[in-house]
Amino acid sequence: MDKLIYLDNAATTSLKPEVLKEMMPYLEENYANPSSIYGFAQKAKKAMEDARTAIAGLIGAKPKEIYFTSGGSEGDNWALQGAVQQLKDKGKHIITSKIEHHAILHTCEFLEKSGYEVTYLDVDENGFVTPEQVEAAIRPDTVLISIMFANNEIGTIEPIEKIGEIASKHGVLFHTDAVQAFGHIPVDVEKMHIDMLSASGHKFHGPKGVGFFYLRDSVKLGAFIHGGAQERSRRAGTHNVPGIVGMAAAAKLACGKMEENMAKQAELRDYTVDRILKEIPYARLNGDRKLRLPNNINICFRFIEGESMLIMLDQKGVCASSGSACTSGSLDPSHVLLAIGLPHEIAHGSLRLTMSEETTKEEMDYVVDSIKMIVERLRSMSPLYEDFVKKEASQS
Amino acid sequence: MYSEKVMDHFTNPRNVGEIEDASGVGTVGNAKCGDIMRIYLDVDDETKVIKDCKFKTFGCGAAVATSSMATELVMGKTIYEALEVTNKAVMEALDGLPPVKVHCSLLAEEAIHAALWDYAKKNNIEIEGLEEPKADIGDE
Repeated sequence: MDKLIYLDNAATTSLKPEVLKEMMPYLEENYANPSSIYGFAQKAKKAMEDARTAIAGLIGAKPKEIYFTSGGSEGDNWALQGAVQQLKDKGKHIITSKIEHHAILHTCEFLEKSGYEVTYLDVDENGFVTPEQVEAAIRPDTVLISIMFANNEIGTIEPIEKIGEIASKHGVLFHTDAVQAFGHIPVDVEKMHIDMLSASGHKFHGPKGVGFFYLRDSVKLGAFIHGGAQERSRRAGTHNVPGIVGMAAAAKLACGKMEENMAKQAELRDYTVDRILKEIPYARLNGDRKLRLPNNINICFRFIEGESMLIMLDQKGVCASSGSACTSGSLDPSHVLLAIGLPHEIAHGSLRLTMSEETTKEEMDYVVDSIKMIVERLRSMSPLYEDFVKKEASQS
Repeated sequence: MYSEKVMDHFTNPRNVGEIEDASGVGTVGNAKCGDIMRIYLDVDDETKVIKDCKFKTFGCGAAVATSSMATELVMGKTIYEALEVTNKAVMEALDGLPPVKVHCSLLAEEAIHAALWDYAKKNNIEIEGLEEPKADIGDE
């Protein structure tokens, strides 16, 4: 295949041409600062407020509950640091899970150094946190529960509504990192009892460098970025108007076609997983078979290492990702794969393919055929495979 | 991120495979940190020249490339000269490695040493300057 096959949509997505088109007027003629008083600034201000209203409507929130940010990491930082600051008289205990994004985990580690206590809930072999676990971890001094909506590596969709009910019942604030979920699967802050939510524009074909943070009206958090009076004096900084407009345009497109996209991608996902598990021995799917993001495939191939697979796929024009140590920048493979109980040597051989609505069956067939060849080749070079084959032979 | 030479040795690795009844075999690394290298030597008992050398590696692109280059560099050398194939020599021959991958070249050197040690032990000879390799260098 000559064209690039991009299967790393959990890392980032392409900017849709129609989204860029909506952004362009705010990069060109309507460049005014929306906080300014003159008439020229009003177009930018209106576009921004329309974007806020549109996004609020897509998650069942009020427009004033939507705050524009720079992306998912900012929202995660805001939720954690803002909540503990606001509730410092109530206590210093936070509940989260072992498979959160580093934007949550590293913020928790930072807070631990300042005297906060964090409970990192275990997950089961498919990456699920149970509402019962959350309830059992709640203490009188618990100020926040933060559980991701869907996992970025293995795609597992957490029981957010049930966890929200528990949080609400115990009067504990509930934040969810919905960076991988919003625009892909239904999110409703009212129905799911969510008090805070972080999302990022570039994960659903919007621009990079812009995101939004939902903060329930009744929850009073202080300013996260101090400065001007933007965003109800809680998040200072001149608005990224083109980014905000683009994010809202992308959000409307993604949510408008959500059912269709979910059905189409889930079908292609299941087809691909079935082919891989049937045609390649010693492969295992990570995450739940059904309760996973429609675009997420994460598979471990025993006896081989992820980075080697990625380079060989790259040579075949396929962009993918892995949870191996070499791709994580440390000696340990992905914390998510370890948390679901995989031994290190198997976690090193993981491959993540994340599709978009444009991914075709023809592309996935080409990718599976390529993976088959690559896995076979790398196994032929692997001392682990050699030992395994010899052991099997001696036993039979 | 990798040099052209590294990519070449990764894409077309030299001397992949096993040697049946090898004169010396060395396996180093561990699966926990994601790299295991095994090197097989076929040594001429008279001349002590390495007639053949093969490898198998579980690991990243750099791990495969350093193993491949290490086998090329020791081929034709005597077991004594093979000690000249240090991690630096392997890295230089590959036009360098990214800093996070330097440990792969150390593993390649270690794998050669482990195979030489195995040969020396089996034949009851001493190779000056060769120390007993750590069985599992990732286990420190």
